Amino acid sequence: MKCYNGKAAFQGVAIGRIVEFKKEGKLVHRVHIENPESEKKRFSSAQAEAMHQLDALYEKAVKEVGETNAAIFEVHKMMLEDDDYVESVENIIDEQSVNAEYAVAATGDNFSQMFAATNDAYMKERASDVKDISERLVRILSGKSDDSAGISAGSIIVADDLAPSETVQLDKSKVVAFVTREGSTNSHTAILARTMNIPAIVNVPVPNNLDGKTAIVNGMDGTVFIEPDEKTIADYKDLQQQEVEKQNLLQEYKGKPTVTKSGKRINLYANIGGVSDLSAVLQNDASGIGLFRSEFLYLQEDNYPSEETQFHAYKQVVETMAGKKVIIRTLDIGADKKIDYFGLDKEENPALGYRALRICLTREELFKTQLRALLRASAYGNLAIMVPMVVSLWEVQKVKQLICELKTELKEAEIPFKDIEFGVMIETPASVMIADDLAQEVDFFSIGTNDLTQYTLAIDRQNPKLDVFYNPHHPAILKMIQMVIDAAHKHHIWAGICGELGADLELTQSFLEMGIDELSVSPPMVLPIRRKICELD
Amino acid sequence: MKEFEYQIKDKLGIHARPAGMLVKCAKACTSKITITKDEKNVDATRLLAVMGMAVKQGETVNVNVTGDNEEQDFDKIHSFFQENL
Repeated sequence: MKCYNGKAAFQGVAIGRIVEFKKEGKLVHRVHIENPESEKKRFSSAQAEAMHQLDALYEKAVKEVGETNAAIFEVHKMMLEDDDYVESVENIIDEQSVNAEYAVAATGDNFSQMFAATNDAYMKERASDVKDISERLVRILSGKSDDSAGISAGSIIVADDLAPSETVQLDKSKVVAFVTREGSTNSHTAILARTMNIPAIVNVPVPNNLDGKTAIVNGMDGTVFIEPDEKTIADYKDLQQQEVEKQNLLQEYKGKPTVTKSGKRINLYANIGGVSDLSAVLQNDASGIGLFRSEFLYLQEDNYPSEETQFHAYKQVVETMAGKKVIIRTLDIGADKKIDYFGLDKEENPALGYRALRICLTREELFKTQLRALLRASAYGNLAIMVPMVVSLWEVQKVKQLICELKTELKEAEIPFKDIEFGVMIETPASVMIADDLAQEVDFFSIGTNDLTQYTLAIDRQNPKLDVFYNPHHPAILKMIQMVIDAAHKHHIWAGICGELGADLELTQSFLEMGIDELSVSPPMVLPIRRKICELD
Repeated sequence: MKEFEYQIKDKLGIHARPAGMLVKCAKACTSKITITKDEKNVDATRLLAVMGMAVKQGETVNVNVTGDNEEQDFDKIHSFFQENL
C-alpha cells in the first residue's frame, strides 16, 4: 500500500478503481499549404462546429451542475469568437501559409501563456480555458470524434489535469472521485467537483502506471491510498458511511426553514471563530452567525490589530453573509490566552480575573478601535454587536455611551454606519439575576452556557476529577435559562443560546418550550438541530 | 467622448463571467468602448484582452465611450459596471 499527499479540493471519501484518463495524442503538425483562403474556411467551419458542441455541453452542464458553473461554456464560446483570437489564427494562416491546425495551436499557446503570466491566481487558471477551446478546434479539424471513454462504475479518474469539457463529459454516475497531478483549488477540476459533490484531490504526485488499481481518496485531508490494505479499507468504509449520512442530511434539510410542526419558528445560526469558517456557515445553511468570535484578529499578529485591519475583516464577513445577521462578540480574552503584547499579568484565577469586557472598559482606546471598526462595517450588511462577561448594569450603560460617542464621531466625519442591534452575553450568575434590568438596556440576550455553567456550578471543566459532580443539564442552569428568557420577553427583546448546550439534541424540545428565540451552534450541528426542530410538534 | 472611472467592487474582479457579459454589452453599443488600467488600453469588445487585464477587486479602471450614440451607450455601460462589478 502506498500513500500520496495532495491538496484537497473537495471533501468526501471514495473507494474505487483507478481509470487513468489519457488525453488523445494531440501532435499538431505544421504543414505548408497552398491556399490560405480555403484554410481559413476550414477554420470557420471548425469554429461553427465547436460552437455547436459547446452549446450541447452547456445544456448538459446546466442540468448537471447548474447555470453558474455551466456558464464557463458560454465564456468558451465567446473566446472562440473573440476578434483577437480569430485574427491571430487568420494572420498565421496568411503570413506563414500553414494549416489551420497549426495556426490554432499556436494561437492557443500564445494566449494561454499570456494568462499564465498574469499575477492573478484566478486568471492564471483561465490559461487552461484557452487551451481547452484550442484543443477542441484542433480535434474537429483533425476529424477526431468528441467522445468520452466508457468507464465502469466506481471509477476514480486519475489524470495530469482535467479540462472543463472533459469533467463534464464524464459519466458521473460511474465516477466516484477525481485525482489530478496538476491543478490548484482554483482549477476547473476543483470547481466542478465541488458542485458535483465528488471528492477531488489536486496537485498530487501519483505515478503513471495506476490504471486498474484499487484506491482510496480522502477528500478531507488530500490523501490517496493506492492498493490499500484490509484495515485501511475498513476504516475508510466507516468514514464514508458517516460522510454519506452527512450528505443526506444536507440534501434533506438545506434550504428548509427551521420550524416545528405547529409552526413555531426559531432562528438557527452558527458559531464561528474566523473568516475562513464562513464557507462552513453557508455550506451548512445557517440563517446567520449568532456568535462571531473576534479574538482571531488579536491572535494573528504580534501587535494590536488596527482599525483598518479589523474593519476589513468585519466588512468581509457581513458582505459574504449578504444580509444575513452577523453577531460579532467583542474581545473576549484573558490571562489564560497567551497574547504577550497585551501585557496581562499572570493570574491565579484567570476565569475570575481581568478579562474580556473588563479589559475593554479599562483600556478604552483599544475598545473604541474595535467598536469603531464594527460600526463602520455595519454599513455593508446586517451586523450586531454583543459584549461578553457582563456582571453589572453600569458596564452595559458604559458600552452604550461609548457606542453613542463613536456614532457621533462617524456622523461628523460623514462615514456611513447603521443603527445596529446591541446585545449582551448572559454568562455570569449576576447577569442572570439582574436580567430584568439588563433587558431594558439592550436589544437581545445570548446565553453563554459554557461559562454560565462553570460559574454557577463552581466547577472547572478542565479538571476530570470533577466529572462526577458536573451535570450539563443541572436544574440550576435550566432554571436560569428560563429566567433569562422570561426577563427578555417581558421587555420585548429576543433571547438565544450560543453556548454548547444549544446544540444538545436532548434539550432542544425543552428550549423551545421555554420560549427560546434563537440557537447558535457549530456549523456541523446546524442541520441536525434543524431536523430535530422540524420533527417536533 | 464621455468617460467614467470605476472602482471594482466584485470580490473576483473582472472574472470570466462578467467579462463575457461586458463584451456582449460593449458589442451591443455602436460607440467604441475602451477600458484603461494603469495606462494599458483595451477594446471592450475583445474578451481575451479584457480578461488578460486581470482587473482585481479594489482596482480602478477608466472607461471611455466615443461615438455618435455615446449618451445612450455611456448609460448602458455605466449601468452594467454598477450592477455587475
